[in-house]
Amino acid sequence: MTVRPLALLNATVVLDTGVVEDNRTVLVEDGIIKAIEGHVAPSLLDDAYDLIDCSGKVLLPGLVDMKVHTGEPGNEHEETLESASRAAVAGGVTTMVVQPDTSPVIDDMALVEFVLRNARATAVAKVHAMGALTKGLDGAELSELRLMHEAGAVAFSNGNASVENALVFRRALSYARDFDGLIIHHAEDASLSQGGVMNESEMATRLGLPGIPKAAEIIMLERDIRLTKLTGGRYHASAISCAESVEIIKRAKDHGLKVTCGASINNVALNENDIGPYRTFFKVSPPLRPEDDRQAIIDGIKDGTIDVVHSDHRPRDVDMKRHPFADAADGAIGLETLLPAMLRLFHDDVLTLPDITRVLCQTPATLLNANAGRIAKGSPADFTLVDLHEPWVLREEDLQSRSKNTSFEGARFTGRVLATYVDGIEAYRRAGF
Amino acid sequence: MDHTTSLAFPHRHLLGIEGLQPREIAALLDLADEQVDVGRQVEKKKTVLRGRTQINLFFEASTRTQSSFELAGKRLGADVMNMSVSSSSVKKGETLIDTAITLNAMNPDLLVVRHASAGAAELLAQKVGCSVINAGDGTHEHPTQALLDALTIRRHKGKIARLTVAICGDILHSRVARSNILLLNALDARVRVVGPSTLLPTGIERMGVEVFTDMDAGLQGADVVMMLRLQRERMAGSFVPSSREYFRYYGLDAEKLAKANEGALVMHPGPMNRGVEIASGIADGAQSVIREQVEMGVAVRMAVLEALAKHLPTRNGDVS
Repeated sequence: MTVRPLALLNATVVLDTGVVEDNRTVLVEDGIIKAIEGHVAPSLLDDAYDLIDCSGKVLLPGLVDMKVHTGEPGNEHEETLESASRAAVAGGVTTMVVQPDTSPVIDDMALVEFVLRNARATAVAKVHAMGALTKGLDGAELSELRLMHEAGAVAFSNGNASVENALVFRRALSYARDFDGLIIHHAEDASLSQGGVMNESEMATRLGLPGIPKAAEIIMLERDIRLTKLTGGRYHASAISCAESVEIIKRAKDHGLKVTCGASINNVALNENDIGPYRTFFKVSPPLRPEDDRQAIIDGIKDGTIDVVHSDHRPRDVDMKRHPFADAADGAIGLETLLPAMLRLFHDDVLTLPDITRVLCQTPATLLNANAGRIAKGSPADFTLVDLHEPWVLREEDLQSRSKNTSFEGARFTGRVLATYVDGIEAYRRAGF
Repeated sequence: MDHTTSLAFPHRHLLGIEGLQPREIAALLDLADEQVDVGRQVEKKKTVLRGRTQINLFFEASTRTQSSFELAGKRLGADVMNMSVSSSSVKKGETLIDTAITLNAMNPDLLVVRHASAGAAELLAQKVGCSVINAGDGTHEHPTQALLDALTIRRHKGKIARLTVAICGDILHSRVARSNILLLNALDARVRVVGPSTLLPTGIERMGVEVFTDMDAGLQGADVVMMLRLQRERMAGSFVPSSREYFRYYGLDAEKLAKANEGALVMHPGPMNRGVEIASGIADGAQSVIREQVEMGVAVRMAVLEALAKHLPTRNGDVS
């Protein structure tokens, strides 16, 4: 099947140079951006083009979401690669990196190939796989990192369990350096966070819930950075959540270490007060922190210390959330709310559109060596068309994701995805657009 | 000739390659060349160690090194006693120094020692009155292995200077690698080490070697490819994920060997893990000199014993 070439007219485009240009025409052929030009009258274009009028809309690069959990393999009732990809494109995400903590754990090249093959067959977004850092995520023995890398794994992580054994972590960084592998780590000292279910604070005390101190994150992060320095490896802190962590990362970067970090949209958009009366959909990892930490995370995004914001999309069966707070499972879905939640910071004049596309699109693509996240001539035509000013309210029934555990049920947003294209093919179009 | 040999090797012990002069190494190799001929005769017996007592004191299990030293001593006419100190007697609490004092009371002339701890041979040498030969101390040195490797190379290539030698694999845990690096550098070879970063010791680049983590690049233009054993415990220690992955990137197979110079020698100190660090076909192939290394081992150990014998006391209570 040949795909008809596409002409997006009168669009406001956020370019990879960090420039926002109005009234552009973007021409797409064979899934590639062929040209980005000034105003082109539709009459001048070949009949072969499908025309899309983007007047008053913004064309953003497709989002590259570095942390997406699906239930495939193992928990397909929660989410499949296919259903996650539908949620992704509905949220403007065109590339998602699926996590290794499935059942079985993705710790072998055959399983990496399995995930990628299933994704090619079923998913409407691009899917990359992350390999498990240790066999079975047990933190004890390295998995076959290099063979998985060759099979297509873009990075390695130990899921939401940190590698407590410093020697194993040192070897992982050292071993992966030989093929420039990226080690992604959930920095949380398990012995300190043990039993904790939310941020350790006055609020936790009032709720009578055991807390997770920030020190659990800070200590592990400091350790990791020392080991990165020792080994010369490439390290990415999966999700930092507090002010001191931002400082630690900043210092590591100033020292020239190959250190980057991400933040979960949950820690960007929410704080611990949102938990309110034991709302389990706000039980996430890292836990929601106080407002001043959230502000520090936003400052870190603004000044470039934080490289990536991801959705931490973690679909959960409703039954796993219908428990007392301490007993409920961690995690919230996020693919469909990542961009709208970030756009709140745009409307509050805190972040610019290029700030947002840097952490949602370009930098994650760069870290993963993925040809994605950019609107530029010659790049794959992965983009999303957004009405920046449309107000809307999130309703559970509108969610594409198979699981409905969103922290944003009933939330008001301004800015909505109208359509999403993957390799120049329309992967999502909102009813009525 | 006796006189010149003793001048050429003026040491009482052989504790390592470190500290040996290039001419001393060359003298040992020359002497070893002569011993090769002895070993190939019907009459293999010499008398330079007649009446001498050689004790092989092995705190670590060894088949080939121990039997090689035993044979070398016997061919030179010594009375050889093997002592394998089992871990149980170590558990009884006897320290290395106690063992040394006990042995010393038996008046040996030559003590060949292998121990799991670096520096053990040196410590023994300070406590006993006889000559000590290090047959491997921890991950420090294994000088006779380096000498036999050099002899093998020299007999095939006619020289050592300016040859490119790639030492590949578990450098971190290898006393063979350390002794070889010292010896080959002393004789002006170009030495490379090749292995994953997890198996390369800190600061190795300052020991006069070029470091490669990519085996194809490390073997490019090599005249000698020296493989090291990868112990299976290394997988559990997260040095490498699996033997499958290790073989893929660091195991010597035909494809990787093709990067080396034509006619490059393939060496291995043994015992081999076929299919882990070396493909079976390569271990037994035309370029392999692995079996020859074993023969050279006996010759080199005879040379070392003979050279040291020159410095043994010749009268009661007299040290020449």
